[in-house]
Amino acid sequence: MHGVGPADDGGDRSVDSQILARLRAGNDAAYEEVVRAFGGRLLAVCRRLLANDEDAQDAVQETFLSAFKAIDRFNADARLSTWLHRIAVNAALMKLRTRRRRPEEPLDPLLPAFKEDGHHEERFQTWAEPPDVAMRRAERQALVRQCIDTLPERYRTVLLLRDIDEMDTNEVASLLGITPNAVKIRLHRARQALRSLLDPHFRGGDA
Amino acid sequence: MTCREFADFIMDYLDGELDERLRTDFDQHLAVCANCATYLAQYRETVAAGRLAFDDENAPLPREVPDDLVRAILASRKR
Repeated sequence: MHGVGPADDGGDRSVDSQILARLRAGNDAAYEEVVRAFGGRLLAVCRRLLANDEDAQDAVQETFLSAFKAIDRFNADARLSTWLHRIAVNAALMKLRTRRRRPEEPLDPLLPAFKEDGHHEERFQTWAEPPDVAMRRAERQALVRQCIDTLPERYRTVLLLRDIDEMDTNEVASLLGITPNAVKIRLHRARQALRSLLDPHFRGGDA
Repeated sequence: MTCREFADFIMDYLDGELDERLRTDFDQHLAVCANCATYLAQYRETVAAGRLAFDDENAPLPREVPDDLVRAILASRKR
């Protein structure tokens, strides 16, 4: 199969309109093509947010069902991939909201501390090498994911949506029901906290 | 500009959203404060490390969807 996959992002919109016409005509093969073409990426998006494969698969299933029900209302000016991505993020966020939350650790200990005169309390030690060469790739990726996972949920969610999924501030704000400014503040704090979590591992380049 | 203010403005600085006056203050602080320069470098590396952490998943090749999931989705559409 070719022509409808995520590899075509930014490419030919006529592909979207062709597949859309087949979906709207109830063509079974078209439904399967869309699920196979976009399902993998949507599953990755939902797995990141939910950190649980079963919940992620449920969210992807709900995504396609909502999308297929609404296919007549899909605005042909948008990309099918972007539309599905947004529905998937929404489905995953709904699941996050309904699931029993772990009590959130305060973020403050992970934010920089300052003296009264406004100077940092801490003397930062240079990370001997940038993290992308200090450790083997897979090892480093696993470590960073683990650190992201330990962030309090509302910070982790914003970091994932903004820095990893590369959604824009206003879109994340509207999905989370918060102001764009709150998204920016959370993202900045999430990055600062992640820096603190990575620091002991990246100092001197050892893992 | 204090180190505290510098830390607050890092994201806006990197996004090119500081007005000219603040940007000048930021650059001046950066030039004289080695500790904040290190902090800024680590902040940038943190953002890059986050992106790289999920790099494989974002590869442009279509990834596998479990067959069970495909079947479940297609079956529930017909219900």
